[in-house]
Amino acid sequence: MNSSEQTAPLLEVRHLSKHFGAVQALNDFSMAVRPGEVVALAGDNGAGKTTLIKAISGVFQPTGGEILLRGQPVTFATPQEAREKGIETIYQDLALADNLSIGANIFLGREPMRKVFGFLPVLDRKAMAVAAKQTMGRLDFHVSRLDAPVSNFSGGQRQAVAIGRAVYWDAQILIMDEPTAALGVPEQRKVISLIHQLKAQGRGVIFISHNLQDIFAVSDRIVVLRRGIQAGERKISETNHDEVVKLMVGG
Amino acid sequence: MTSTSPTETHVAPQADHGDPARSWLARVAEGRAWLFLAGLIICFEVWSRLSFGATFVLNPFNVQSIAIFAVAPLLLATGQTFVIISGGIDLSLGFIMGLAAVVAAHATNMAGVAMPVPLAMMLGILAAVIVAGVPGVINGLLISRLRIPPFIGTLGMFGVARGAAFLLAGGTTVPVQNSWFALLGNGRFYGVPYLVIIAAVFVVVMHYILSQTRFGQHNYAIGANVQAASRAGIDIKGHILRLYVLSAMCAGLGGALYAARFTAGAAQAGEPLLLDSVAAVVIGGASLFGGSGTIFGTVAGALVIAVIQYGLVFVNVEPFWQFIAVGLVIIVSVLIDQAQRRFSGARQDE
Repeated sequence: MNSSEQTAPLLEVRHLSKHFGAVQALNDFSMAVRPGEVVALAGDNGAGKTTLIKAISGVFQPTGGEILLRGQPVTFATPQEAREKGIETIYQDLALADNLSIGANIFLGREPMRKVFGFLPVLDRKAMAVAAKQTMGRLDFHVSRLDAPVSNFSGGQRQAVAIGRAVYWDAQILIMDEPTAALGVPEQRKVISLIHQLKAQGRGVIFISHNLQDIFAVSDRIVVLRRGIQAGERKISETNHDEVVKLMVGG
Repeated sequence: MTSTSPTETHVAPQADHGDPARSWLARVAEGRAWLFLAGLIICFEVWSRLSFGATFVLNPFNVQSIAIFAVAPLLLATGQTFVIISGGIDLSLGFIMGLAAVVAAHATNMAGVAMPVPLAMMLGILAAVIVAGVPGVINGLLISRLRIPPFIGTLGMFGVARGAAFLLAGGTTVPVQNSWFALLGNGRFYGVPYLVIIAAVFVVVMHYILSQTRFGQHNYAIGANVQAASRAGIDIKGHILRLYVLSAMCAGLGGALYAARFTAGAAQAGEPLLLDSVAAVVIGGASLFGGSGTIFGTVAGALVIAVIQYGLVFVNVEPFWQFIAVGLVIIVSVLIDQAQRRFSGARQDE
């Protein structure tokens, strides 16, 4: 843990505020994510978790404060800009096109093309399939049917495809919003093991969950939000369920 | 990582649900239009031989007539295929086709005064396709920018295009005075009508666009999950706009070819073809919920309708039975689609 704290943060949020009219959704919030670190974001409904990740991922601009990427201040006008800088959000409702293959989903919106007969551009499905196989292999998911639509796969496997897309495009920060919420227990464990993979690859992960079990299984640190303010920050190794719950409800 | 056993990380065995009935049904559902087509041809062949002792499908005149008969509905249906895959529907295509037919007639006549006959013909066709694009642009803007549901937006345009077409035609049909145009509509190349050749080339191009380009790929993605497509950075508004312009221009070409075949433009040319176009797409295997369908499926769907309509006339059945037959095929087709969906478990998250 000490070694990771000495490295410079990948992503840093300083004194971030966001208000909607009179409603202060986020107030003077600060946190940092270092390479290879999983930071859990916990808090009750309405605590400001979603506001925070939307500000980080460019869905809307913060009212005050700043976001630093590798020490450089950044602003994102759109989620697209955040993605180009390596911040990828994995949504709980699986942002996949169910009717397309894994490869087509990984490349959705930036499909590789090749030329046939020397002039006619066509989708390079083979390149997509190869990249899909390699990417899923890096996540320790070995899929045989690369041309099958992702609707044929289970929830956890599809979550892996969404993560695979981020990995393929070399996202350095992955924001995962309740990645296990819609899944059965074995599938949840699979996603947790995926997060360990991402960590081992030196990426930063912001992990949002209601499930303390999952948070304690995968995170290095936990940041608790309550009514838009940072209610506390703990190393996972130095805290327990009770303390986190107290921070969340303000006991 | 440590808590996961190897069997949990290797997904392939679990992904195969291992149900042979599923893949069998999926294959039937995928090719159902071609099965319908084959079944119908066999039916009419038997019927024709029993009733008149004459062949149905081996008679080249019948084949040619069915092919020509299918051209205009097929052109509408190819455009409709793109729209339905995206999760929309275009109800204005029939009268856009009528509008284009009238424009083609007027423009060819007007151009014919000043320039050579072939050039006038080409200008006429070009004018028809471009003018057809205008209601397409409006449809696209209504749906993408003002967020009007496609059903309503194109229903409005159905009325607008209908009125515009009749006004432009002066409430009557507009005859075309152009020998090349008439030849295009009725001539043959080694026995194959020009219209059929044009339609075949057009279908191949549209198949290419749908299956091999980013536009086609994004169309499938939008139909399956518009939010996912948007998050992937696809320009949804731009895509929807281009989509409705494309479908309108398909109808525009359909109108021009109609005017060529009958050497006249009529506002009501496409009126009965709109529902046929939707039917062809659905019989062809597309889902009205979006996300699935192919151009060649639609070709089969259009041929099914053409064979039913022509075949029933050929065996001397009262023409009203055509509606019933086409309607039944649509219902059976959708039932197969739903059965296949239920078995595939593709909709677990709904």
